[in-house]
Amino acid sequence: MAEGLIVRSLRDGSLPGEHAPALCLEDSLPSPLASHSHAVFRHLLASLLSTGTGTAVVLVAFHRSPSFYLSLLSPTFRNSIRLLDCYSDPLAWKSNHHPPPSSHSPQNITLLTNLNHLPHFLSSILHLAKDLGAQGHDRVTVAIDSVTHMLRHAPLPSVLQLLTNLRCHEKISSLFWLIHTDLHEPKVISSFEYISTMIASLQPIVQLPDYANANISASITSLEENYSNAKFNVRLKRRNGRVKLLCEELLIEQGSVKFSSVPSVSSVVAQNLIPKVQFNIQLSDKERMDRANVVLPFEHQGNGQNIEIYDGRRSLSESQKDPSSIKIGGLSEQKRGNNNKSEKGEIHYIRDSDDEQPDSDEDPDDDLDI
Amino acid sequence: MAELCDLLAEAMGHSLPVGKVVLIGDCVETSGAFVLHLLLKRCLSLDSSFVVFVALSHPFSHYDRILRKMGCNLSAQKKNGNLHFLELLDFSARSKENSVDDGFCKLYNEIRKSVEAARSKDTKASCVYIMIDDISLLEIAADGSENDVLNFLHYCSTLTSETDCSLIILNHEDVYSSEDAPRLLAHLQHLSDIEIRAAPLNTGLAADVHGQLTVINKGLLNDDRRSGRRIWNFQFKVKENSVEFFYPGSQH
Repeated sequence: MAEGLIVRSLRDGSLPGEHAPALCLEDSLPSPLASHSHAVFRHLLASLLSTGTGTAVVLVAFHRSPSFYLSLLSPTFRNSIRLLDCYSDPLAWKSNHHPPPSSHSPQNITLLTNLNHLPHFLSSILHLAKDLGAQGHDRVTVAIDSVTHMLRHAPLPSVLQLLTNLRCHEKISSLFWLIHTDLHEPKVISSFEYISTMIASLQPIVQLPDYANANISASITSLEENYSNAKFNVRLKRRNGRVKLLCEELLIEQGSVKFSSVPSVSSVVAQNLIPKVQFNIQLSDKERMDRANVVLPFEHQGNGQNIEIYDGRRSLSESQKDPSSIKIGGLSEQKRGNNNKSEKGEIHYIRDSDDEQPDSDEDPDDDLDI
Repeated sequence: MAELCDLLAEAMGHSLPVGKVVLIGDCVETSGAFVLHLLLKRCLSLDSSFVVFVALSHPFSHYDRILRKMGCNLSAQKKNGNLHFLELLDFSARSKENSVDDGFCKLYNEIRKSVEAARSKDTKASCVYIMIDDISLLEIAADGSENDVLNFLHYCSTLTSETDCSLIILNHEDVYSSEDAPRLLAHLQHLSDIEIRAAPLNTGLAADVHGQLTVINKGLLNDDRRSGRRIWNFQFKVKENSVEFFYPGSQH
């Protein structure tokens, strides 16, 4: 359901006069070692291109080569995608020394060699979007893999400005990007979350204390589980300000991604805490109420009198005058009617002296004459 | 080959990686250099292979001595053109004429030309490997500029997709242990396809076991293998001319 909502939002684009919807896809090393996020990224690309509604994609490739993304997509989608190659030579280290031939790149791949100049970067993306629009595609989505790489070459405000400009542009119907949360400060992540309308984060199924310094030998099973499964938490911001939260489970099988709903967190926690035995160790509501009404032996005298919890420091008569003493009437009223006072054993301890200190060193048997 | 039947080879897919980035991590208590030496020997043992070794830590004689005991003659490999050894003990990316960026650009282009030359020779090298020892010294050479080191590694990693060569880098992880956010280490872990971590035993020092090795083989998205095992953990003993790998309690 979450994945369907995301794809629908990206595909539908924005209403006139509004910014384009933007998805921030977050991952980190513990979850699940940063490989599933690319599976989700590719899944979103394939979903957008396969809807048959004229959606095209401008893919900005930083992390992997453009040919890698093309190899993942069906050949039928290749006319609907344009790639901006920021992977091969972003700083012109190659082209300055060994200029590539003009016919080097395939038709749908544009090489970018001056990543440090963001206005040129923006104009390159818009040029590709216009090119797709000229071929009859009504909607153009821009996908960036990933903004983490962009932030190494440009300051945060410039990158945010670029993303906002893309959202405002008439040729761009939607936008999504990938970011590695453990490579940035929390305020950087928050900045990207603020300008996005959808936030999807990948969390590990099994939380490990510290991935980088973890004692892996003790947590291999957990790490293996994190490889095949992950939590897919989605936060959708509605136009009216309402926020919708969705949590699903993600399963990676042979490169394909499957989403499934998960039980609520509280029920999962409760199920994990209760040991699985053959006996019924849970209480019904009536049993809980009865347990709450039970008066413990030390809480009553059994004769309807006030509770006297003697602490050895005051005389009994003083405690009887104390208005703070507790009285429980329920049980005592029943017992009074039965006149069982003579049958109940009582212990009255009267101290020798009010001056006697508790835990006195004096041996009480000292006065015995044996 | 009998050597590729050990646990390390199994964890790496029963063959040396092609087109992948391998990160070897170690610490002061347990050096991971033996993994680099072992992989160097295995890479040079292949038919028509070519290795570019970027040595910032030790001179050629050091590696030659170690590999000779393991049955590999580095001098002969270098003479035959199978090994391009870059001895950069005093390497500093910044100079009077160049910025740090220019210094790394020159180093990268030297590596790239060497790889392209190996691919274009009459006896075309089928397997090309770039080895770097080690990243922490690259950071020193960059005057502490993490970004320049990452740019250099990014360009080296582009060679893995363009020329199907593999990048194998050694990194001392505990250099970053005092940092609140070891970003360079995290960047490397995001970049790598295979992680090999050498660590001491949980129980402390031992005479017969020198440490434990953890291999995380992440695989690729278009990997046809079923969602099987990706993480291995086993122990090792470094001998005079070889390394023995075994599961705890199964050492012969």
